Amino acid sequence: MLDFFVPAFFAATVRLATPLLLASLGCLFSERSGVVNIGVEGMMLSGAFAGVVGAYYTGNPWVGVLVGLAVGALLGLIHAFASVTVRGNQIVSGVAINLISLGLTTYLLRLFWGLQEKPRVAGFAVWRIPVLGDIPFIGEVLFQHIPLVYIAFLLVPLAHFIVFRTPWGLSLRAVGEHPRAADTLGIGVYRTRYLCVMISGALAGLGGAFLSVGQLQTFVENMSAGRGFIALAALIFGKWMPARTMLACLLFGGAQAAMVRIPALNYNISPQLLSMLPYLVTLLAFVGLVGRTTPPAAIATPYAKE
Amino acid sequence: MTSRYQRKVVDALFKMAPVWAVLGALTIGAILVRAAGLDPLKVYASLVNGAFGSRSALGITLQKTVPLLFAGLGMAVAFRCDLVNLGGEGQIYIGALAAGAIALAFPFLPAPVMLTVCLVAAFVGGGIWGAIPGFLRARYSKSEIITTILMNFIGFGFVSFLLHGPLQESRGYYPQSELIPPAARLPIIWQAANVHLGIILALLAAAGVYVLLWRTAIGYEIRAVGSNPKAAAHVGIPVVRSIVVAMLVSGGLMGLAGLAEVFGVQYRISDFFSPGYGFDAIAVSLLGYTHPIGVTLAALFFGALRTGFNSVERTQGVPRAMAQTVQGITVLLLVISVILPRLRGRLRRKENASV
Amino acid sequence: MESLLRVENVTKVFGAVVANDHVSLEVRRGEIHALLGENGAGKTTLMNILYGLYRPDDGHILFHGERVTLSSPKDAIRAGIGMVHQHFMLIPVFSVVENIVLGLGSLRRPLLDVESATRRIAALSKEYRLDVDPHARVCDLSVGAQQRVEIIKALYRGADLFILDEPTAVLTPQEVDDLFAVLRRLVQEGHAIIFITHKLDEVMRVSDRVTVLRDGAIVSTVATSETTKEELARMMVGREIVFRVARDPISPGASVLEVTELDIDDEQCSVALKGVSLSVRRHEILGIAGVGGNGQNELAGALVGLYEPTQGTIAILGEDIRGQGPKGVIKLNVGRIPEDRQAQGLIPDFTISENLIATHFWQSPLSKWYLLNLPLIGRLAKKLIQDYDIRPPEPTLLARQMSGGNQQKLILARELSRDPDLIVAVQPTRGLDVGATEYIYAELLKHRQRGAGILLISTELEEILTLSDRIAVMFQGEIVGMMDAGSVELEEIGLLMAGVRPQQDAVCDEVRR
Repeated sequence: MLDFFVPAFFAATVRLATPLLLASLGCLFSERSGVVNIGVEGMMLSGAFAGVVGAYYTGNPWVGVLVGLAVGALLGLIHAFASVTVRGNQIVSGVAINLISLGLTTYLLRLFWGLQEKPRVAGFAVWRIPVLGDIPFIGEVLFQHIPLVYIAFLLVPLAHFIVFRTPWGLSLRAVGEHPRAADTLGIGVYRTRYLCVMISGALAGLGGAFLSVGQLQTFVENMSAGRGFIALAALIFGKWMPARTMLACLLFGGAQAAMVRIPALNYNISPQLLSMLPYLVTLLAFVGLVGRTTPPAAIATPYAKE
Repeated sequence: MTSRYQRKVVDALFKMAPVWAVLGALTIGAILVRAAGLDPLKVYASLVNGAFGSRSALGITLQKTVPLLFAGLGMAVAFRCDLVNLGGEGQIYIGALAAGAIALAFPFLPAPVMLTVCLVAAFVGGGIWGAIPGFLRARYSKSEIITTILMNFIGFGFVSFLLHGPLQESRGYYPQSELIPPAARLPIIWQAANVHLGIILALLAAAGVYVLLWRTAIGYEIRAVGSNPKAAAHVGIPVVRSIVVAMLVSGGLMGLAGLAEVFGVQYRISDFFSPGYGFDAIAVSLLGYTHPIGVTLAALFFGALRTGFNSVERTQGVPRAMAQTVQGITVLLLVISVILPRLRGRLRRKENASV
Repeated sequence: MESLLRVENVTKVFGAVVANDHVSLEVRRGEIHALLGENGAGKTTLMNILYGLYRPDDGHILFHGERVTLSSPKDAIRAGIGMVHQHFMLIPVFSVVENIVLGLGSLRRPLLDVESATRRIAALSKEYRLDVDPHARVCDLSVGAQQRVEIIKALYRGADLFILDEPTAVLTPQEVDDLFAVLRRLVQEGHAIIFITHKLDEVMRVSDRVTVLRDGAIVSTVATSETTKEELARMMVGREIVFRVARDPISPGASVLEVTELDIDDEQCSVALKGVSLSVRRHEILGIAGVGGNGQNELAGALVGLYEPTQGTIAILGEDIRGQGPKGVIKLNVGRIPEDRQAQGLIPDFTISENLIATHFWQSPLSKWYLLNLPLIGRLAKKLIQDYDIRPPEPTLLARQMSGGNQQKLILARELSRDPDLIVAVQPTRGLDVGATEYIYAELLKHRQRGAGILLISTELEEILTLSDRIAVMFQGEIVGMMDAGSVELEEIGLLMAGVRPQQDAVCDEVRR
């Protein structure tokens, strides 16, 4: 039993949770302001591709990551336009972005690198945090990662601070709960939603870039493989709060790590069944059998100024 | 351009939105092709040829059309009740599982019986997988958007678990089932083009959806609830029941899509056997005005797009992923097109003011 | 006293409707100024203009003696105008403090300073004796407490002028007393208050001056001490009846509707009904008058089977309809004309034909073995379109593409073509022009002649007086008066609509003397 829970397993959990965390924190902003972003999957994928392109042509992984972030933000802008200005169906807009991202990234991949080759980019060096990284067990798990991991986890308290401890965060939550009330107090509902959706896109793109530039140092067709939807599930599981969402991401990351580890250890638990468990729990939680989850009151409802 | 003229343009754009969305997407596709250094006209000519140019090409197009049509119909039924069924993937897997399990468990059944039972099983399996989120939405107002996404993972995980275990092929190499018995496989109805029975079944389903929605009392209720639940309740229409039925039928049709793919093409259930039909369904049903006739044409269009671009990749080197790109851009343009009525209203006010 | 607000000749037009017609108003520091009027008199429009939600088409507003342009609520707040809406603009899941400081942030102070805000709120709370728990969540607060939060919210932003829109609509009598005490303290401190209401008792009780609005125009502004309820009622309501429709006297027949001691709690709907009893007989129109929001919708909802009574009975043609739902009521041959044709009466994406069968599509002969009999439906639609002159006469036209008048004709065709025994009509001519209105009046009278019993609910007093044989008045969920139409005094109805009961009034007068 104990040879399952080695430091390598937990370190892998942290790594696997990182892209989920970035994407779900982004969606936290978007959904708290009232816009549901199903397109996070596509934004992640596009960010992954853009990251590789950026890193490939400049040789610098940081540039790649920034490009991924920017492309994600751009897709966020498109989604915001369709959801806030046009007041169109937010779900369908998100699905469209997913389809476009999948098609376009694969298309450009084949175009630039042909049907056989895979792009190779320089990755990040592991930043071993001095002193803390030397602690037995914990050190390997928490403090020997590439910088993006630290950024992602530091975003958790930052997001919490912004959303719950600043006036802007209060306004943003008000917009997601009761946009008309916010409007009567002079808060710019459209402006706030645009900003939050773009943040969502940017962080999703960053998460994608982590996958491509940070983890695999390449881009593979449909690299995100549903992680965007997992991030959405994590957000619900985490009741739209940063710390809990982080825990949910770690849970889902752990499930992914376990799926690799279990067959290697010849255990009898089916990894597929195990992988299903987090979603089942989230579903039950959402339905109200296990605790209560209430999304922001005005979510997915377009707002029209009179 | 005077306001009046602008308004007429906007009016025309909105009425024929799907057509303009497709043309717009194809235009953007042409630009992307040009950016790759190729001649768009040549590519598009090759596309049409690749989809319809020969009997085998037509066969592949129809083969791809079948699951898109089933799934698109399923999506359309949900949309008519103002529901968004994002759980198509899960319903496809569970439907295929239900049918496949029966086929594998009772290989001795004669073909007509086998087919009928499996069709029912696929419909019921997918239907239940859709009805659960439907009930949660109808009775407890839990958003079907979230529940169906979660059910996707659960459904896929469950099927995958079975494919790694009890249902796995006896060789034990891949996470896939045994080949389903020949009695279960959808018979080929057009030898030269290798077209299987699925296309007939799908067209029958389209007719069935039309009859259901526009000729039956239940369909009337579903559409009424989708248009205005308050008024529907006002005349005594059972809103909860209508929503559940709509999601049941929607999921059932998705289940049939799964059956078509497994029993008509791949002849076995495997991990990832569905290349995203559940999400393509949204594009298909929106492009088809959520009406069976339109959905049929849209499914054919997207099937042709896929087949055509597959062929174009071979002949001209344009990556086949362009098909999906064009599909996605079409949907995006359709979503944005809802701004046109507002634009028209604003132009009309300007027009009235200047009169 | 110093003049704080001056509204001069403000006019606002919405399409063909003149919501505010050269309205002039003046509010002074230290006064509670009541704005009195019926539904549609223009009160809400005027307040929305003052709060920056609408822009006037003509006229201007002076605040503190200077002209102000109020193009958004932010401008109004900055000028010193605070509004307490009828439907609170509070975020239920936020705490009191969070609601009060919402929208007040600056880049210079990025941190949400809950402590100093709480202190300031406590100070205001103490100064004006507005009791609230700053850390409570708004959704856990009573309605009266929520209202106090709205007031503090305005005070926190430095409001000089307070506008309260029908503030007592949702309060218990005890809470009303508390509110009035708060209002008096506010004006003692030099603020001014505009108090929008339709309740005469409150006007007399708490205001210093009162302005009466009618049909978009000011009738008069008087000092409360120099007027009486009767005079105000007359100003609010009195006008010549324009429509004289031929109504033949007929003796009423057997009873078709009996409502006895009906109670509906306010869990299902916003206004609770208490002890409502009424009856409607054949060949008779019972008109229910009252200002909107006093329980009429709830009564209508109960009669069509949407709400379940907690007590009492509703019997149509002798059958108890409780627990039957709308289908049960439809089966009893009741015609229902709902208040909001768009929201409740029609399916907007359905065609005219489809809408015409909405009440009976599940019944044979319109459907058999679950299949709709389309040819029969087509013939029925054609006939009804012709009989009721529905334009354009296209059965495949979508309901949402029709004009208001034709939509209402569609509903009439659907509900009245089966010669129902009981007709429940709520606001049947809302938003319709004169021609359509006349048509509907003629239809209703025709059915009255035929032998139906009609329950007419309307906030248009004119309409009630034109059509009814008997009149009942509803106020705060109760029937406060029942009389024959022939013997009615406008003033009396106005008083009843505004919540003044004749016996009560007499007692108060006695006490005062």
